Amino acid sequence: MSALSDLKGRLPIILGQTLVAGAVIYFALALFHNTQANLEARNIASGYGFMAVEGGLPINDTLLPYSPSDSYGYAFLIGVVNTLYVSALAIVLSTLLGVIIGCARVSTNWLVSRLATVYVEVLRNVPLLLTLFLCYSVALASLPHPRLSLSPFEGVFLNNRGLFLPRPQFHHSFWYVAVAFFLALAISIFLVHQARKMQDRTGRSFPAGWISLALVLGLSAITWFIAPRPLDFDFAVLQGFNFRGGMVLKPEFTALLSGLVLYTAAFIAENVRSGIQSVSAGQRDASKALGLKPWLTMRKIVLPQALRVSIPATTNDYASLVKNSSLAVAIGYPDMVSVGGTIIGQNDQAVEIIGLWMAVYLSINLIISLFMNWFNARVQVVER
Amino acid sequence: MAPIINFFKEEFLMNRFFKLLLSLALVMALAIPAAAGVLAEVQKKGVLTLGVSEGVAGFSAPDSKGKWVGFDVDMGHAVAAAVLKNADAIKYVPLASKQKIVAVSSGQVDITSRTTTWTMKRDAKQGVDFTVVVFYDGQGFMVKKDLGVKSAKDLNGASVSVTSGTTSELNVADFARANKIKLETVVFESKKEAFNAYLAGRVDAFTTDMSQLAAMRTTTPDPSQHIILPEMFSKEPMGPLVRHGDNQWKDLVTWVIYGLIEAEEKGITQANVLEMKAKSQDPVVKRMLGATGDIGSFINLDNDWLVRAIQAVGNYGEIYERHFGSDTTLNIPRGNNNLWTNGGLMYAMPIR
Repeated sequence: MSALSDLKGRLPIILGQTLVAGAVIYFALALFHNTQANLEARNIASGYGFMAVEGGLPINDTLLPYSPSDSYGYAFLIGVVNTLYVSALAIVLSTLLGVIIGCARVSTNWLVSRLATVYVEVLRNVPLLLTLFLCYSVALASLPHPRLSLSPFEGVFLNNRGLFLPRPQFHHSFWYVAVAFFLALAISIFLVHQARKMQDRTGRSFPAGWISLALVLGLSAITWFIAPRPLDFDFAVLQGFNFRGGMVLKPEFTALLSGLVLYTAAFIAENVRSGIQSVSAGQRDASKALGLKPWLTMRKIVLPQALRVSIPATTNDYASLVKNSSLAVAIGYPDMVSVGGTIIGQNDQAVEIIGLWMAVYLSINLIISLFMNWFNARVQVVER
Repeated sequence: MAPIINFFKEEFLMNRFFKLLLSLALVMALAIPAAAGVLAEVQKKGVLTLGVSEGVAGFSAPDSKGKWVGFDVDMGHAVAAAVLKNADAIKYVPLASKQKIVAVSSGQVDITSRTTTWTMKRDAKQGVDFTVVVFYDGQGFMVKKDLGVKSAKDLNGASVSVTSGTTSELNVADFARANKIKLETVVFESKKEAFNAYLAGRVDAFTTDMSQLAAMRTTTPDPSQHIILPEMFSKEPMGPLVRHGDNQWKDLVTWVIYGLIEAEEKGITQANVLEMKAKSQDPVVKRMLGATGDIGSFINLDNDWLVRAIQAVGNYGEIYERHFGSDTTLNIPRGNNNLWTNGGLMYAMPIR
């Protein structure tokens, strides 16, 4: 009886919302149809058919093998991979830098906290585009021509075409080293797990971290020396205009990555600072009274609680970072927007490419949000 | 009733939602294709909307007073003078490379006159029509003199900077593939950044159309340190473009430009056009300047349209001299852009 009357009461609400949803869908469809009809009326090609055609685009910095004879669609994919690559690296590095600077801001050392404040205020308040231009111009202006390359170590060359490193070439016997490494890693994870259990049960701590480190490094090193030549290097060689062979970090990529990391770290640092400051001083005092050392207080008491405050804000910063990576086009890095822009230049099918851009950014950011929400749920207080 | 009111209360977004609906409806209303021709629209507005570049010296760029000047701009002045009897009745819309086609096919501008290469795909599949080639250009490379390179084919392994959204990118890749050489291409959004990367030594060569290489070389501290390699490795015929399907408007723009070219061939200049109209005995001149016949009616204008256009900007040769001639910093030889009677490619169809 009560369920039925409840439903009756809610019926107008459900009806209203269905109507509104229907109207939205109708308008979206009408807009789509109208756009398509207008494109057709103006004799503008539409649809994604062109993506399978040979593009002929030049792309200079790719992770996957690419040549201009590949299709537009594949060229776009190369751009997407570049966007993902630079965003993923920037997220990891800016988080590390952000946590360090955030901790520095609340440091009791006057100089350290002031320096961190200056860093945050400067980087946060200057447009990212300018930071990128600065990184790029500084890189180009301060580095020499390939023929006058700096070579800090043998086989490593630094010039205004990039940082050239030897490319490792793995031999068959490298597998032994890899197996040894992962075996040691597995044992270590088990050890740490056991150590935690033991501490929960008996309260005694066991230095599992140090033992694990020794295990991983030691076992890998031993196999390395036993195995016959596990690794060779392909060195970059100056040939004609530039170096060939080896691995190269191009100035465009490096400038984009450092610009994104420097800029986003300033925001993450603020999240970390606010997180740390949200933990009441009583908690620290209590921890001190129990005899925990400052580092343990930070790790076991402050940071776990600070994380809860910092994570939602940091999720936003990650999303901004991914979107900001589209500024790559200004300094010549072939990200998704740069490659897509070239495709528009050749085809003028702007609506299709813009649609793809939006879909890719939306997907990346939704995945980041999902992951961060999961992570956030995990670190929330488990109430007992 | 109560639940419905409640529903509105609960939906705090309702207000914003209705605004969204309203703007969606507005977008769709705007998107309905204009039925009237561009000519009627322009005459009704009393102003010509001209798509120009974001600043390419000689072609279209704002001068020190912020007034748009250049070769491509003068084509706009000629059309405005012919249609509106006022050469300055122009609203300028600076367009990035990526926008130049869409802006005209969507009706945002009446003409795009900004170093746009006539290609098959643009003409046939992108909702625009090219009118007349006003400038024959081709792509080339600029390198620093101390690099010691004499030919583009010596560039194997070199890196090149280029602007995105242009035909230049594709041309470089095609050139490298055709000649079996490897070029590292660094693509920049703006021409300025691409050129700066070249000046800073990030790349060995800079590539764009020859005329623009000449223009950009003049902006360097010491132009003699940079050489333009002799190979012209692409065809870049450039001209004003209009919306596809409006033949009346396309005809008008086409014939205004033919008129300017024909005027040069007939020796009609900004200075002598009125005198020529009054005194010339040449029946062709009398006809094109409207002293006899009714050529104005062919393009829905009065008979003085070409007189006004020439009064505003002079004939084709005068326009060229003003922006690219030996008195200018660009100093681009006429070459292919000379009249056919002087060994060039400029050839106007008969005006009759």
